[in-house]
Amino acid sequence: MSLIAGTAFAQSPTNIFDPAGTPARSAFGLSMLVLSITLAIFLIVAGLLLYALIRFRHRSTDSNREPAQIYGSNQIELSWTVIPILIVVTLFLTTTRVILGTEAIPKPASAMDVTIIGHQFWWEYRYPKSGVVTANELHVPISDPASPTPTYLTMSSADVSHSFWVPRLAGKMDLIPNRVNTMWIDPEATGLYLGQCAQYCGTQHAKMLLRVYAQSPQDFAAWIEQQNKPAQQEFPGNAAATEGQAVFMKNACINCHTVKGTVATGRFGPDLTHLASRDTIASGPIQNTPENLRKWVEDPNTMKPGSLMPAMHLNDHDLDVITAYLSQLH
Amino acid sequence: MTTTPVLEAIDETLETQGRPPLNVIYEWLTTVDHKKIGLMYIVYALIFLVIAGFEAILMRIQLAIPNNHFVSPQVFNQLFTMHGTTMVFFMGMPILFGMGNYLVPLMIGARDMAFPRLNAFSFWISAFAGLLLYFSYIGGSGLYAAGSAPDVGWFAYAPLTSKVFSPGHSTDYWTLAVFLSGVGSIGTALNIVTTILCMRCKGMKMSRMPLLPWLYLVMSGLVFVAVSPLTAAQIMLTLDRYLGAHFFDTQAGGSAILWMHFFWIFGHPEVYVLVLPAFAFANEIIPVFSRKAMFGYPAMVAASVSIGFISLSVWAHHMFTAGLGPAGNTFFVFATMVISVPTGIKIFNWLATIWGGKIIFAVPMMFMIAFLFQFLIAGLTGIMLSAAPFNWQLSASYFVVAHFHYVLVGAIVFSLFSAFYFWYPKVTGRMMSETLGKWHFWLFLIGFHLTFDFMHVPGILGMPRRIYTYEAGRGWDTLNFIVGVGAIFQAAGTLVLVYNMIHSYYKGKEAGHDPWDAWTLEWSVPSPPPSYNFAIEPTVSSRRPLWDIKHPEDPDADYE
Ligand code: HEM
Ligand SMILES: [Cu+2]
Repeated sequence: MSLIAGTAFAQSPTNIFDPAGTPARSAFGLSMLVLSITLAIFLIVAGLLLYALIRFRHRSTDSNREPAQIYGSNQIELSWTVIPILIVVTLFLTTTRVILGTEAIPKPASAMDVTIIGHQFWWEYRYPKSGVVTANELHVPISDPASPTPTYLTMSSADVSHSFWVPRLAGKMDLIPNRVNTMWIDPEATGLYLGQCAQYCGTQHAKMLLRVYAQSPQDFAAWIEQQNKPAQQEFPGNAAATEGQAVFMKNACINCHTVKGTVATGRFGPDLTHLASRDTIASGPIQNTPENLRKWVEDPNTMKPGSLMPAMHLNDHDLDVITAYLSQLH
Repeated sequence: MTTTPVLEAIDETLETQGRPPLNVIYEWLTTVDHKKIGLMYIVYALIFLVIAGFEAILMRIQLAIPNNHFVSPQVFNQLFTMHGTTMVFFMGMPILFGMGNYLVPLMIGARDMAFPRLNAFSFWISAFAGLLLYFSYIGGSGLYAAGSAPDVGWFAYAPLTSKVFSPGHSTDYWTLAVFLSGVGSIGTALNIVTTILCMRCKGMKMSRMPLLPWLYLVMSGLVFVAVSPLTAAQIMLTLDRYLGAHFFDTQAGGSAILWMHFFWIFGHPEVYVLVLPAFAFANEIIPVFSRKAMFGYPAMVAASVSIGFISLSVWAHHMFTAGLGPAGNTFFVFATMVISVPTGIKIFNWLATIWGGKIIFAVPMMFMIAFLFQFLIAGLTGIMLSAAPFNWQLSASYFVVAHFHYVLVGAIVFSLFSAFYFWYPKVTGRMMSETLGKWHFWLFLIGFHLTFDFMHVPGILGMPRRIYTYEAGRGWDTLNFIVGVGAIFQAAGTLVLVYNMIHSYYKGKEAGHDPWDAWTLEWSVPSPPPSYNFAIEPTVSSRRPLWDIKHPEDPDADYE
């Protein structure tokens, strides 16, 4: 068992015991304390039980007399009431310290802000300071103790409840309609952190994946700058993309999607302004390649059954040119 | 205590006079005898156990390998909803009510429940509720597409259940079925409380009552306070869906958190509604097979009553990730951790009962020993989950699924199986096969540990619950495969049990009054007990009346 678990632990990019940020690390510390206390209790009680079962089992050589009847003992019972109370108080105080350390510390002035809105079945990310709006792939700067730049996530939901969970960065927090919750993350190292929606939210709850890209401050600033540009409008030498843009603007796509700087201002689906700069589509499960984009637009439900994007019933030519256009939205 | 000929004669005439030809069926359909009703509850619950178990197997096949296409996402979501709802409302509650119905009057020396007709009504309405839930598979888009079976989860969080997000009737099947089963539960709880308080035989002071009725008393009290808010919530949800109320309809300003509170104010005590009877069986069975009196009877009663009360103040530990804020979280951490104290007292008292005894490893005791170890582990993972920051990581993950199955299967189902082997001879007059019982035990034990031990790990590795599939490369694959294999072992074990019950009914060894040499009143009447239970109303002078009769030199009464 430990062998199997051990290899699984080593492989997993979402291991809660491999923290890469402060909230996850303090939860980890508490976990280790709780685990050692409970393990000790287990060994003691299970040991006593096992001993009793072996020592007091009925042997065929035993006499037929019933064993001595013992009805109770106040001292003994008092001791196994008081000792657990002491353990509980210790655990409670430690837990409270970790809760306060995560939920009740002041927000530093250098903190970043991101507003997250949960949708069936994708994530919307808004950066209030810079005005950037993106979907499904969250970019945040790394934070180091010398110059802490934690990212404060202000979360709500547009439809049903969801839950934001990137295990290596922090525990989960629910996104609940008509309610605003907050949490913060401060990844220590650059890289991609995975997670997924942890609150059952309907048919495609399973494919509401999370990707957090932690970047150096320079890379992050560059990313913000690039995301802040309006969408590309001219495609010199790319007739397909130019035609694709026209087809896109004539179709119902614009009712649900925004492409900044165009007539497309829908908010029901993800913002597509810089779609081509993302690695995946449909909140994580599908690589962002032209073939996949084409298949997606042709019929989202074959790739992600239950997705709320309807099939647009476009002909082959329109599909080709729309794909060409979408692939240019860097 | 033998039956008098006069009563036997009356009984004969009552049983055979002027019956329609299908008199066996007629007899069961119209019975108000607590034992028959108890048995009907148990049989109906066993049927649902098999159905919900089958649903679990289908889910585990789907999850055994990554990116599987065995069932569609919609069907998977229906499967976990139906599995959870069935196991809680149509397996767990009825089977425990059935056991209580059968045993409580016998153990307190009463001839029947306080309100026999209400008893029958409660059974039939619960049975109807179960049928209604399963009828949903046939409606809507038909059997193949799994009809309109609900797919909102057994906790049915708002606003996923509102008309906007759940059009059609699937959610209504869920709401109505749960509502009706709640009506039945409240009826039965009322009956059990009244029976225990008013119908104990002569000499049976509350402080002399066996622990089983004590725990059923606490359990039934909890049913009132827990099921009532759930019933209220079902009504509110239906008002939302059909009359445009906005309690939970967030699109119109309703509150999702309100539903969570309502649901868990029910849902948490519900865990104790299910586990208290399991404790009850343990309290009767462990002493008999250790050949000792229960250690610390008053402490056991006090612990059970305080568990009942504390369990009412811990519901929001299901909401640590809903953003209650530090004050709310801290309070519920405390309340939750405190409940481990009376629970610990119970485990230690069982240990002390075994200590110095003469332990007989018959099948009921084997299940009880497994129960003790597994309940210990369930309690300890419960403490882990009560530490809120650890919970932020683990809640809604497979770790939680493993934890509560340790409680529900590891503790409750094991204790129930033990109770089956223990009381089967009383109910049928025949012993269950010990050989088959051992097969059942080992298959189920191995299956249980393969499934639920390994299931903790994917939770720690970030696997959320209620997902119909997952990608490779997260470290979840091998573990899920093993979990699936375990589920099949458990299914095999359960089938052995069902076979054993049917086989022993016809072929089992004759049991006699008191095959286990036990001490409570039910063992003083013939097996199966006649419909009036006691020919002469018994009188007791201690907690173990049959011990006093068997050991006149050293009666219990001297020690109480
Ligand atoms: C031909 C027109 C359309 C095109 C080219 C298009 C394109 C896309 C693309 C590329 C994505 C993936 C975005 C990402 O993951 O970042 C997407 C997702 C989505 N679209 Fe559209 N879309 C169109 C029409 C619509 C319409 C009419 C609706 C609303 C009824 C809609 C609703 C959505 C939704 C809800 C998602 C998220 C799906 C999920 O991940 O579950 N789309 N669309
Ligand atoms: Cu979600």
